[in-house]
Amino acid sequence: MAFEGLAERLQGTMQKIRGKGKVSEADVKEMMREVRLALLEADVNFKVVKEFVKKVSERSVGQEVMKSLTPGQQVIKVVKEELTELMGGEESRIGTSKRPPTVIMMVGLQGAGKTTTTGKLANLLRKKYNRKPLLVAADIYRPAAIKQLETLGKQLDMPVFSLGDQVSPVEIAKQAIQKAKDEHLDYILIDTAGRLHIDETLMDELKQIKELSTPEEIFLVVDSMTGQDAVNVAESFNEQLGITGVVLTKLDGDTRGGAALSIRAVTGKPIKFIGMGEKLDALESFHPERMASRILGMGDVLTLIEKAQTNVDESKARELEQKMRTMSFTFDDFLDQLGQVRSMGPLDEILKMLPGANKMKGLNNVQVDEKQIGRVEAIIRSMTREEKQQPEIINSGRRKRIATGSGTSIQEVNRLLKQFEDMKKMMKQMSAMQQKGKKKGGMPKLPFM
Amino acid sequence: MSFFKKLKDKFSGSAEQEQTTEKYEEGLAKTRTGFAAKVNNLIARYRKIDEDFFEELEEILIGADVGFDTVMELIDELKLEVKRRNTNDPTAIREIITEKFVDIYSGSEEVESDLNIQDGELTVILFVGVNGVGKTTTIGKLAHTFKSDGKKVMLAAGDTFRAGAIEQLEVWGERTGVDVIKQTEGSDPAAVMYDAVRAAKSRGADILLCDTAGRLQNKVNLMNELQKVKRVIEREIPSAPHEVLLVVDATTGQNALIQAKTFKEATDVSGIVLTKLDGTAKGGIVLAIRKELGVPVKFVGLGEKIDDLQPFNAEKYAYGLFAQAFEEKEDKNNDEASE
Repeated sequence: MAFEGLAERLQGTMQKIRGKGKVSEADVKEMMREVRLALLEADVNFKVVKEFVKKVSERSVGQEVMKSLTPGQQVIKVVKEELTELMGGEESRIGTSKRPPTVIMMVGLQGAGKTTTTGKLANLLRKKYNRKPLLVAADIYRPAAIKQLETLGKQLDMPVFSLGDQVSPVEIAKQAIQKAKDEHLDYILIDTAGRLHIDETLMDELKQIKELSTPEEIFLVVDSMTGQDAVNVAESFNEQLGITGVVLTKLDGDTRGGAALSIRAVTGKPIKFIGMGEKLDALESFHPERMASRILGMGDVLTLIEKAQTNVDESKARELEQKMRTMSFTFDDFLDQLGQVRSMGPLDEILKMLPGANKMKGLNNVQVDEKQIGRVEAIIRSMTREEKQQPEIINSGRRKRIATGSGTSIQEVNRLLKQFEDMKKMMKQMSAMQQKGKKKGGMPKLPFM
Repeated sequence: MSFFKKLKDKFSGSAEQEQTTEKYEEGLAKTRTGFAAKVNNLIARYRKIDEDFFEELEEILIGADVGFDTVMELIDELKLEVKRRNTNDPTAIREIITEKFVDIYSGSEEVESDLNIQDGELTVILFVGVNGVGKTTTIGKLAHTFKSDGKKVMLAAGDTFRAGAIEQLEVWGERTGVDVIKQTEGSDPAAVMYDAVRAAKSRGADILLCDTAGRLQNKVNLMNELQKVKRVIEREIPSAPHEVLLVVDATTGQNALIQAKTFKEATDVSGIVLTKLDGTAKGGIVLAIRKELGVPVKFVGLGEKIDDLQPFNAEKYAYGLFAQAFEEKEDKNNDEASE
């Protein structure tokens, strides 16, 4: 049920092509079918997909892919480049009005996450830009929406302006601006009620607020799980209000988030921020390349590398590589490894970022039991220094002692020892493969690559 | 008699039938105009049914979030049916689509959207789903429906996480005049459920509607929490919860299938509430959910008013989607196109 990424999708086609002297136009057509499927399964709008595939197809049939030695990889490269370019460009910047206070309007459908995002944005404005925002509760329709913003304001220790649910949102916005001026607050974040883009009365209300408050930014908040309808919503809000940017929410879920591409393609407006969790600091900048990988189901390698860089000691990593090659990897190193990986965050989340992980048997939806890791650590810690360095010496007597010491069973100790041996063997093979590649010096780069 | 005519006759029996059918037609107006208009446009442009025709039809269905696999299956069946009927006339396809639509949804069995309501005993209904789909609003609307039926209803404020969630449910409690069992924000939702089930039993309530915090299905800890909530209810009443309803936003795309699968694994979902169907989204993903996981849709949200939550009926849904297309064809005097 987990949808296949583009790489997996292309595998079958690539196998057929492999061995053939060259790639025919029919082959490219077949590959494009897979590209189309991958994008559709990621919820990219079918019209956008059509345009996109056409473009990629032209580039592929023309020079690049046909001549390439690895057409499948080349197609992925072209697709990813085009995707990144389509979504890319501007940095996540928030505009500032020449005459403060700067007004930001938050708009969108019901349940997209406007109120939560309003809180997150205010937090970001204060933390990163040292601003003083005023939160404005203009959602008078949904029960307790005002209360929700007030609670967020309390958590953030920030002022929230509200006039209850009997005053019109237009009036609320008007008075809020006055209050911000009086109290020298430089940003006003107006949380508006969720509404359908086809609801004329409510859309008119937004237009009135816009007219009166001349906002610097109008952010359309969009649920990243939105399907084909994302284009209609975005187009409609943009036509009626002229949005300045998009905030994509709930991206900490497992959606591919193809809506991002659809919205960008139909409105041309940049995606400025992404919501990555329920906490108030979980609002991040948008990275087009990462989003492209995600839409294609290629895993978020960049985030993983970033995480690894901030958490893994480089010299240690090099030392480890050396050890892997010489097979002198010990339980001490293993323990070290475990600690470093764990400091990067919950293991199952890290695994999910690996490309193809959702396809690998046993790895898709894997739920790493952190307790189990704790047990493994306990077993290793119950070994003597000698045993950790030379696991070969662990005989049945020692096994029994280790099991008792760590509060586990002999079976578990046996299993760990076996796994450790297997792992060492695998490492040896892997490093042997790498060495070989290096000696060959690799292929010279072709001019069109 | 055509399939469409059969449906039409079926729904024009009683006043009540007509009223809910009307609600469907109204709620689905946007869905319908977009969808049916596209199908009509397609049919008008083609003289005969060929590959290009099917390809365009495929796109219309994908545009409704039906999902690629289901679309392919539908198209294959349509092709077969066209061959079987030995027709080349695009206008015939409308009827075949409606029929196949209902077919895929219902399978061979008659799907019941009725809730499993206990007679003379407490019925516990648990609501689950991702963030922002409309769980609390659905509960409010359902509380109104049950109350109108003369039942004693109680609500359990199990969303102790999101700011303002408890207050939101309380407002619904006031509006509908039913009691809300709650604790403070941040307390253990399982404890709230325990209290609520106990209170509902001792106060002799007929229906207990349990709200939970929205959670993304890939958050293992939160899914575990949900299982615990369900376990606590089970422990108090072994047959409960009598229904676990997954609330799904109609604008959701392919991720809804993963939502349904994961929530089903965790809490044994017994039905789906499809909300926000009054926009331009078509909620086609429910077809895939039904086909792959067998979970039926029990209610659809067709508007913001308190009585806009309606029991789902696949035939009515299909009728609502295609009504316009057929009205035009079968009864030119009764043209509804002027919307």
